[in-house]
Amino acid sequence: MSHFIDIAALDDIPRQGARVVKTQGGCIAVFRTADDQVFAIDDRCPHKGGPLSEGIVHGTSVTCPLHAAVFDLTTGQGTDDWQVKTHAVRVEGGRVLLDAAFLARRSAA
Amino acid sequence: MKQRLVVIGAGMASGRMLEQIFDAGGDFDVTLFNAEPRGNYNRLMLSPVLSGEKTYEQIVTHDAAWYESHGVDCRFGESVVKIDRENRVVYSAEGGVPYDALVIATGSAPFIIPVPGKDLKGVCTYRDLEDTNAMIAASRPGAKAVVIGGGLLGLEAAAGMAARGAEVTVIHLMGHLMERQLDPAAGYLLQKDLEARGIRVHCKGATKAILGKDHVEAVLLEDGTVYDADLVCMAVGIRPEVRLANDAHLEVGRGITVDEQLRTSDPAIFALGECVEHDKQLFGLVAPLYDQAKVLAATLLGQETAFKPVQTATKLKVTGVDLFSAGDFAEGPGREDIVFRDPGRGVYKRLILEGEHLIGAVMYGDTADGSWFFDLIKQKKDVSDIRDTLIFGPAFAGGASANPLAAVAALPPEAEICGCNGVCKGKIVNAIEGGAVTLDLVRAQTKASASCGTCTGLVEQVMALTLGDGFTANANPPMCKCTDHTHEDVRRLIKSQGLKSIPAVMQELGWKTVGGCASCRPALNYYLLSDWPLEYRDDRQSRFVNERNHANIQKDGTYSVVPRMWGGVTTAAELRAIADAADRYAVPMIKVTGGQRIDLLGVRKEDLPAIWSDFNAVGMVSGHAYAKGLRTVKTCVGSEFCRFGTQDSTGLGIQLEKLLWGSWTPAKVKLGVSGCPRNCAEATCKDIGVVCVDSGYEISVAGAAGMDVKETEFLRKASTEAEVLEVVAAFTQLYRENARYLHRIYKWVAKVGLDWCQEQVADPVTRRALYDRFILSQSVYQTDPWAEHAATPADWAPIADLTLRAAE
Repeated sequence: MSHFIDIAALDDIPRQGARVVKTQGGCIAVFRTADDQVFAIDDRCPHKGGPLSEGIVHGTSVTCPLHAAVFDLTTGQGTDDWQVKTHAVRVEGGRVLLDAAFLARRSAA
Repeated sequence: MKQRLVVIGAGMASGRMLEQIFDAGGDFDVTLFNAEPRGNYNRLMLSPVLSGEKTYEQIVTHDAAWYESHGVDCRFGESVVKIDRENRVVYSAEGGVPYDALVIATGSAPFIIPVPGKDLKGVCTYRDLEDTNAMIAASRPGAKAVVIGGGLLGLEAAAGMAARGAEVTVIHLMGHLMERQLDPAAGYLLQKDLEARGIRVHCKGATKAILGKDHVEAVLLEDGTVYDADLVCMAVGIRPEVRLANDAHLEVGRGITVDEQLRTSDPAIFALGECVEHDKQLFGLVAPLYDQAKVLAATLLGQETAFKPVQTATKLKVTGVDLFSAGDFAEGPGREDIVFRDPGRGVYKRLILEGEHLIGAVMYGDTADGSWFFDLIKQKKDVSDIRDTLIFGPAFAGGASANPLAAVAALPPEAEICGCNGVCKGKIVNAIEGGAVTLDLVRAQTKASASCGTCTGLVEQVMALTLGDGFTANANPPMCKCTDHTHEDVRRLIKSQGLKSIPAVMQELGWKTVGGCASCRPALNYYLLSDWPLEYRDDRQSRFVNERNHANIQKDGTYSVVPRMWGGVTTAAELRAIADAADRYAVPMIKVTGGQRIDLLGVRKEDLPAIWSDFNAVGMVSGHAYAKGLRTVKTCVGSEFCRFGTQDSTGLGIQLEKLLWGSWTPAKVKLGVSGCPRNCAEATCKDIGVVCVDSGYEISVAGAAGMDVKETEFLRKASTEAEVLEVVAAFTQLYRENARYLHRIYKWVAKVGLDWCQEQVADPVTRRALYDRFILSQSVYQTDPWAEHAATPADWAPIADLTLRAAE
């Protein structure tokens, strides 16, 4: 069963920007698009580990700040068939809620 | 016995419900309460009443005769104060009325933002006829009105008052108008249209207070702006009016909770309209409310039916403003956009597709096809067959998909290709046959595509048809996949058309994507801030990571920090502060750079504000080692210490750096100042180099010492330090205004020619004007970004730390 954790207010994330959530399994980047959609993906480019949270957000894509690989925030799919993990996230009453499935994954491991 | 039906609220939804009941021959004793002292009128038509295009009498839906003929006991102006569910009686101040079935249709109440002054006289909302009349009374010509809220209602209020001659300002919290219905491009066009009719629009404006003694006098915003006001209309949103339902302990979420039959948690009580919440959804537009009315009438008549919300479309009722929005226009997985822009006519159309289906449409300027698109959305029709011509509407739908070249070939010679300059196809063909074999030549001879440039593609197609294999497309490629324009064209058009925002550029120059990409956005941000230093505000989210974070990102995600050392000169106190910071933040490497600075490598992002704050405390500012801007001025010790030095090269370098620091440029700019031709500062491989000689200063430019290595070329000699400063600043400004983004000075000079640069800085008037524009820009941008960001350390840390959270 999914369980959502309240991580921040929507307004704490800049439009066309991202903020980072620290977890034991690595950082998760939580993005906010120009039209206030929110997405969460692992904050690590599979190419050379670039922090995707620092990339330029355009539409529902982000461009990695290190070598310009482009990832679709909705699917985690990127340039050259790279794939980053996506996390369920939703906005309720101006708060951003992140699916805590990653916690379960870690404890099961 | 007849069923007793009591209805609270005589709005549009309950009015429609009563019509349905009576039309179906339903036999009820109806009592109708309404807090407003009148019956049902078409609230949507208040805007034409406000603007003077209609009168109240024209928008009345049900008059006294209608109520009488249906035997409705009208209690207008009488508020219900209590519902006694146990005994099924509704109470007003006049007494109780028993019911068998009760319908709550109390609608919604305007949201009042809780700012000081909200209760002053002259502050109104926009909900009913009283509000409308208050605005009509206040909108005498020359009166000043402020509307808070740039949504549907706020803009209709603004346009109505403006039509009556008032000076209207709209304050909107978000970045563009009607953000729930429109995307930024359409919002930009709407703002332009409203401004053209004299309405001032202030986006990203948060109201701090409404000022005045007894009566409103002005509105104060968080950013300090003050707008005088004789009337303030708050139109920031509505909330369901649920007080009666709450008091009666009915189930209430954001609205009164109802099921598919519009039944509340009490089986004898129903709710309808803007006050209800169905399946977690609220309703504000009229179409779903009328659907609810129909369902509730059937339910009351004992028929089986269910309410299913449908998609709704929006149109703004402002005469002369043509916009349409329907469905879902957010970007998302598997969704694609088709965008059409016609800058000349101010038209923007965007269709959103998901798989084979059209799911949303946003249109501005030409909405004739809106209902056709809306129909496709509602019916979930497969549009894959007509996709190629879909955006052109039903006129083209299903037509043979045309080869664009064939379409151009079929055009008659008198067909107009370039609308701006009125150039027809025949004239272009003649020019090409006369020897104009490149786009630039065609432009020079015919002016076709020389103004807004949107027809460049068409002109090229005419060339391809005329020249056949002899045609090679424009050698200068477009800026990126979002546009057909080159960087040079975009720069030229930003200036000539006075485009002052990213949405303005994208609309007026016909961008093919909705919001640009990681390649064009940083370029546009630079062009705009360089051309309009006072009007344009830097868009941090359109900058690459290093400039956004004012530090250089390293391969492991840490940053390097370089404090500024003017001319490469430092002090013991500064070195102590650097050593202390290195210890405090466990800096893994301290390195001296080629530009005579000290670089602290391996700093964590969350430590950046603290380390900057420590440096600020000893007077050091950002070294901009990350910027497409002025980096460093490297100097030698010059005449002060060196036995060969001819001038004070150190002092001059410091002066140059103090003049130029903080300026943004197309690519990085490095300077060197050497005190004699031995050139210890290596000035002759810099972007701009100064070599001191006995008789003055030799200024040379366009050197390189990176992937390309190139010696500088002589620009001009100066006889005084002041003249050096003016020439260097003027030349830098010339570069800022003309080069394409990411081109270093040597690449730009190779394109425009050194002669041209020399001419510009040689002419004293031109040089002075360039210098003045540079100084004007510096008045805005010469600030220490570290000091600004050190104040908000929380923005630099992770937003949440869940490392200690265990699984449930």
